[in-house]
Amino acid sequence: MSFERIKEKLNILADAAKYDVSCSSSGSKRTNNNKGLGDSSGMGICHSYTEDGRCVSLLKILLTNHCIFDCAYCVTRKSNDIKRAAFKIQEVVDLTINFYRRNYIEGLFLSSGIFKNPDYTMERLIMVAKKLRLEENFNGYIHLKSIPGASDELMREAGLWADRLSVNIEVPTISGLKLLAPDKKHEDFTKPMLKVKNEIIQYKEEKKIIKSTPKYAPAGQSTQMIIGATGESDKDIMYSATHYYKNYNMKRVYYSGYVPVANDSRLPAIGSQVPMLRENRLYQTDWLLRFYGFSVNEILNDNHPNLDVEVDPKLSWALRNLNQFPIDVNTADKHMLARVPGLGMKSVGKILNARKFRKLNWDHLKKIGVALNRAKYFIVCESRHWERRDLHATQIKGLILQNSQGKFRGNYSSQLSLFN
Amino acid sequence: MKEAKILIYDGSFNGFLTTVFKAFDERIEIADIQKNSVAQRGLFSDTETVFTQMDKAKRVWNGIQKKSNSAIKNIYFAFLSESKGIELLLYRYIRKLFSPIDMVHLNFSDDTILKISQLAKSVGREKHRMEAFVRFQLTQDGVYFANIEPDFDVLPLITKHFRSRYADQQWLIYDVKRKYGIFYDLHSVEIISLDLQDIHANSIQKSSVFTSQEYDFQDLWNNYFKSTNIKSRINMKLHTQHVPKRYWKYLSEKKQAG
Ligand code: SF4
Repeated sequence: MSFERIKEKLNILADAAKYDVSCSSSGSKRTNNNKGLGDSSGMGICHSYTEDGRCVSLLKILLTNHCIFDCAYCVTRKSNDIKRAAFKIQEVVDLTINFYRRNYIEGLFLSSGIFKNPDYTMERLIMVAKKLRLEENFNGYIHLKSIPGASDELMREAGLWADRLSVNIEVPTISGLKLLAPDKKHEDFTKPMLKVKNEIIQYKEEKKIIKSTPKYAPAGQSTQMIIGATGESDKDIMYSATHYYKNYNMKRVYYSGYVPVANDSRLPAIGSQVPMLRENRLYQTDWLLRFYGFSVNEILNDNHPNLDVEVDPKLSWALRNLNQFPIDVNTADKHMLARVPGLGMKSVGKILNARKFRKLNWDHLKKIGVALNRAKYFIVCESRHWERRDLHATQIKGLILQNSQGKFRGNYSSQLSLFN
Repeated sequence: MKEAKILIYDGSFNGFLTTVFKAFDERIEIADIQKNSVAQRGLFSDTETVFTQMDKAKRVWNGIQKKSNSAIKNIYFAFLSESKGIELLLYRYIRKLFSPIDMVHLNFSDDTILKISQLAKSVGREKHRMEAFVRFQLTQDGVYFANIEPDFDVLPLITKHFRSRYADQQWLIYDVKRKYGIFYDLHSVEIISLDLQDIHANSIQKSSVFTSQEYDFQDLWNNYFKSTNIKSRINMKLHTQHVPKRYWKYLSEKKQAG
């Protein structure tokens, strides 16, 4: 193959794909039992990190950035005056295999602009995956984008070769979608999602009866929403995320701070700051919902439609619910321990184990790795010293902020001061 | 009171386990356990050399495993940290393990236990990093070759991962610091020592050892890596936290432009 030509295409088609933030490559359980190439049964590995700190685990490219649609938030939209390119199917296969063999990647994440029509595009994506599996004996990770509007038959086939499928909902509200992606209907997104969800359930059922039932999208499906493009509230975003988790069995919902790519009066201007802190807060909320036993209306509701940018959502929740604290770490149940600011699930597990041997004091908690500068206002332990002052929420928040250094604080001091 | 002794072993993990067996079996008061390559005799204590015996090592291994799977893993990982004084620390850890208290290895308020679990964690982190940061280069004779220079002796820990992943290609991973490597010949993995002339870091100098296409693919990968950046999001502090600078010299994507 001509490396110069490939290089040029790769530059264009990787550049256009980078706004999709999903990098997960785990959860597939595809083992290398045919003495072929690759294994994706373990946790996904980040082989490198971009200079903005994101994980690089997959070769993430578009098959082509030609597109018949004109979604306002997208670099690939047809009205955008950019260089266009398209890979041949074999070129994507060769790149994937050669990168994989050198231990650069865990696999392929293939998306595409829509050329001709959704089905034609989806068919091409499927051909790449099928070739990798059947001709190259490839057991690495494959994530295919479900093209909005693709037919049920194609979605069924896609799941036979891919580990994960995703449709990016991109705009969290239906009104926003009408405004920014007039070519697309809400059903174009939800129909393939629903098909994939039902196939996954059906294959799992069959697998229980017939062991040899092939895998269908073993790593499930995910979606992504753009943050800060349409004036939506954090509540809008998280309620819609909860909806997708629940009704479509999403494995993950990703939140991507909008990077301005167009001068369009409907959108933030080019050069506007990417809302990275907000993005971070949304991910923290997502974790609280999935792993810490919170329900969404505890964190976001009509009285609190947006997350506090200054402190993380758990601390913010605790400050609003001071009546539930302090709790005793030596007796509190797991559910309550998980709600203490400064206590991660790992620390919770360690506390539950360690307290079987002795009552824990501050020293023990520190060694276990509890962030005491935050936790100390919410707990008591085997010690006569604890926070006895009757502090208000704002005082506690002030004290904590004084003594902490958020990883985004440096970047955001200018942005934060805007809110004062 | 019996006089404390220094036990000397051959530096291997099985040697260490044999030493533990002896200490338990003969109820020896231990002053220290040292590798024969670095042994410093104590002024006031006796020394004795222990010879590795697989059956005894195995008995200790099985005994610990029966107590707990996570403890045996912690012990092996912490041993590979090669940290100074690790043997004595591990010996204390194992003694605690055999004390009558159940599940004592989860008692993180105990200093020895905490220290071992932290060391094991560091080694585990290094293992993961190596699984991520190994960069193979294809040689003219069809072997995918990589140099590494890890802080800890992790080759024994990454063998399985690479064997199951790259089952259909020959590969060789060589530890520059410890001067040995693991080689997979399509059937099994062997430990080999090589007299390696050149260290193949990510230099822009092309070597005739590798295929010419090799450099084209490195070039493509570097290009790809660059285009994944979103300039308006750059955060170098976070970047170097994930990819510490000491690993850069073997990462082709960190090659300086020629
Ligand atoms: S259809 Fe997809 S690629 Fe095309 S403009 Fe819309 S979002 Fe971009």
